[in-house]
Amino acid sequence: MSKAVKVKKGLDIKLVGQAEQKVSPAGNSEIYALQPDDFFGVVPKLTVKEGAEVEAGSPLFFDKQREDVLFVSPVSGEVVEIMRGAKRKILAVKVLADKEIKYKSFPTWSKSSQDRDGLVKLLQESGLWPFVKQRPYGVIANPEDTPRDIYVSTYDSSPLAPDTAFSVGEEKAHFQTGMDALNLLSGGEVHMGVKKGETFFDDIEGVVKHTVSGPHPAGNVGVLIHHTNPINKGEIVWTVNPLDVVMIGRCLTSGKFDAKRTIALTGSETKAPQYYTTRIGALTKSVTDGKLKEGNVRIISGNVLTGAKTEPEGFLGFYSTQMTVIPEGDQKKFMITEGWLSPGLDKFSLSKAYPSWLFPKKRYKLDTNLNGEQRAFVVTGELEQVFPFDIYPMQLIKAIMINDIDSMEKLGIYEVDAEDFALCEFVCTSKINIQDVVRQGLADMKKEFAA
Amino acid sequence: MKAVDNLLGKVRPAFEKGGKLEKYWPMYDALETFAFVPDHTTKTGAHVRDAIDMKRTMFLVILAMVPALLFGVYNLGYQHFAAMGVDATFLEMALFGFGKLIPLIIVSYGVGLGIEFIFCIKKGHAIYEGFLVSGMLIPLIMPVDVPLWMVGVATAFSVIFVKEVFGGTGMNILNVALTARAFIFFAYPTEMSGNKVWISTTGDRTPVDGYTGETLLGQAVEKGAAFTDVTGQAYASAADSFMASFIGLIPGSIGETSALAILIGAAMLIFTGVASWRIILWGILGGAVMGFIFNLIGPAYFPENLYLQVPWWQQLVMGGFLFGVVFMATDPVSAAQTTRGKVIYGFLIGLLGILIRVVNPAYPEGIMMAILFMNVMAPTVDHYVVQGNINKRLKRFKTVKAA
Repeated sequence: MSKAVKVKKGLDIKLVGQAEQKVSPAGNSEIYALQPDDFFGVVPKLTVKEGAEVEAGSPLFFDKQREDVLFVSPVSGEVVEIMRGAKRKILAVKVLADKEIKYKSFPTWSKSSQDRDGLVKLLQESGLWPFVKQRPYGVIANPEDTPRDIYVSTYDSSPLAPDTAFSVGEEKAHFQTGMDALNLLSGGEVHMGVKKGETFFDDIEGVVKHTVSGPHPAGNVGVLIHHTNPINKGEIVWTVNPLDVVMIGRCLTSGKFDAKRTIALTGSETKAPQYYTTRIGALTKSVTDGKLKEGNVRIISGNVLTGAKTEPEGFLGFYSTQMTVIPEGDQKKFMITEGWLSPGLDKFSLSKAYPSWLFPKKRYKLDTNLNGEQRAFVVTGELEQVFPFDIYPMQLIKAIMINDIDSMEKLGIYEVDAEDFALCEFVCTSKINIQDVVRQGLADMKKEFAA
Repeated sequence: MKAVDNLLGKVRPAFEKGGKLEKYWPMYDALETFAFVPDHTTKTGAHVRDAIDMKRTMFLVILAMVPALLFGVYNLGYQHFAAMGVDATFLEMALFGFGKLIPLIIVSYGVGLGIEFIFCIKKGHAIYEGFLVSGMLIPLIMPVDVPLWMVGVATAFSVIFVKEVFGGTGMNILNVALTARAFIFFAYPTEMSGNKVWISTTGDRTPVDGYTGETLLGQAVEKGAAFTDVTGQAYASAADSFMASFIGLIPGSIGETSALAILIGAAMLIFTGVASWRIILWGILGGAVMGFIFNLIGPAYFPENLYLQVPWWQQLVMGGFLFGVVFMATDPVSAAQTTRGKVIYGFLIGLLGILIRVVNPAYPEGIMMAILFMNVMAPTVDHYVVQGNINKRLKRFKTVKAA
């Protein structure tokens, strides 16, 4: 039952720095790293010590609560540093890469094998399992579950998002293999969201295709689920990012953990935004060196709404498919010339509070300034304009703030992930960090039902 | 701007932790953030944020009030000199009006912001912008010659008991400005109702013959739609009296008389997205419906109450109805917060506003009571709207379980 999902509510933040459709190899990265913070809800337990030699595909750590879920090294080499933060929290496990990557070999898998348990085990051992996420809670899936359905959204509608079809490129066969594997895992269907008008995925078989149109967050997988078959209490749905499907397909075909990925370098502070091939966990500077404009910039692994702040010495995130570089906004703005009393033709807003609505086509160079101070909720009705769910966002957020588990459940927290609230956070007049709140709520819910 | 920055930088250390005036940090913070959007950057979550903030929002509301305010100033002078039978120039009228309004604004802001500052210093949190709007609304809904000390007391009562005790801006259960008016209305009724308070007749001149000082609302109680102007002259036609109240050359609270000026403000609020168009539109509809019902049943069933026969379109431009619906009912904190809730909330405010005005002779202006009542009811309205959403989800859950 394929469906046409038409989203009306939402907002496209038009930024400067869309990537040109051109791929080049990224610079050489000496060090690669896995960062446990990429994995929401995971408590890492190391399996290696500093100085250990690993192959690409050897585990670096596992999840303390679920010991079968392994997180493996993207390259072979020596574990040079285990970076820790406050309370000895593990921030990154760094591997000094060999010149020639040695791969740990795993059994291969093809569509002809219908052994579901075997596939689950193989995905866990070969480090591919963390690519499979679940709702509710937005965490890595539990290998013991059988999901109602699996959802893949190939439409990334976020600001400056890479074109998935272009990133997949010549690896469509791997994408198909990945989808075949998901088909075996799913208790129901594999649903695939495709941007309306996109024909690249037309020949993908064995999936239920839905066309999606509308402003961001139309491409979010949560929106796709909500508009096709919303999650009820007790149901579990798995989600996988399209480039991770490619990764799964590639690794199952070759029998090795090959962490290659095409990412887009975007944003107003890049000289020539375009696509690069690199690997998961590569040094940020291997992608950005020599490609950024002068000045104080913020490098984001991911998009401007949900990505993680990183440094030139930081690393590409596990799930990231783009890097965005925008100016830092750490300067005061005088009220009359640049602040709240200014004409503000260059200020982007959902509301028409600044006259920039005169230029609907204009692309903006936004910086990281908060554009105000945090306040209690005052304005109502703005979150609803960018939240295409049949859920009351403000009421849900307030329920989370007071840790009212019962209300959170009733108001639909099972259907959402923090990323679905990213635009709410963007438009919030009171500058409340809504994604943090939602993440807290998901963690609270998970804890409540952990037993 | 550099000079302002330098000056702020110079006094800043005294207010910082360990400084002499550490306790007064919120005051410094308020000043600094007023002059400069601070250099705060996003730490977690979305890296870019919408350009709108609370200051811009509140500034736009104040901007939207300016037409009503300016017209109010002019009308104060116009009414005064008309009542005295004196020919005055535009400048004289405007100067007279400003002379009356500015002390009210000073008292309202002085008392309100003073209390706000004290509470924020006590609680050690930043000063929010909410009172900037309330402080401007209060003078606009006062009769011209209300004693300043009463405005001060009413403002203090309102800020403390409906806002600060509940946690400050964003937490108030009622509209702050309207509560200040209600306070005077009940505590000092002679200053807030009757025929003597709406036009300034102080000074050594005496009013012309035929002057009563009645507002249209007062007249409607006794004479229905047969309105007279300030000198006691009957309007030539219903269209004339409608135009007088639409333009606003009638007695009333300072900012409420001109429907035209208020509608200009409403257009600004709706267009910029600051106020809910649903509340405004449905509020006006609610008033129209109630007025229309009265027009239908009035002559047949209640011939002795002439108020019922005031045409519904006339009801909408009389008194504080529009001002209340546009500037008071739309206060997002005390209004309903859900989309559907706003429709119900707005409609009932309009409906009840006209109902109270017409049926209860003790309250010639009903919109104040209607809004305060619906402020109290708003959470209940929202509760049922949200409950509908919850029930839908539960039903879906049950269907899935049964299948």
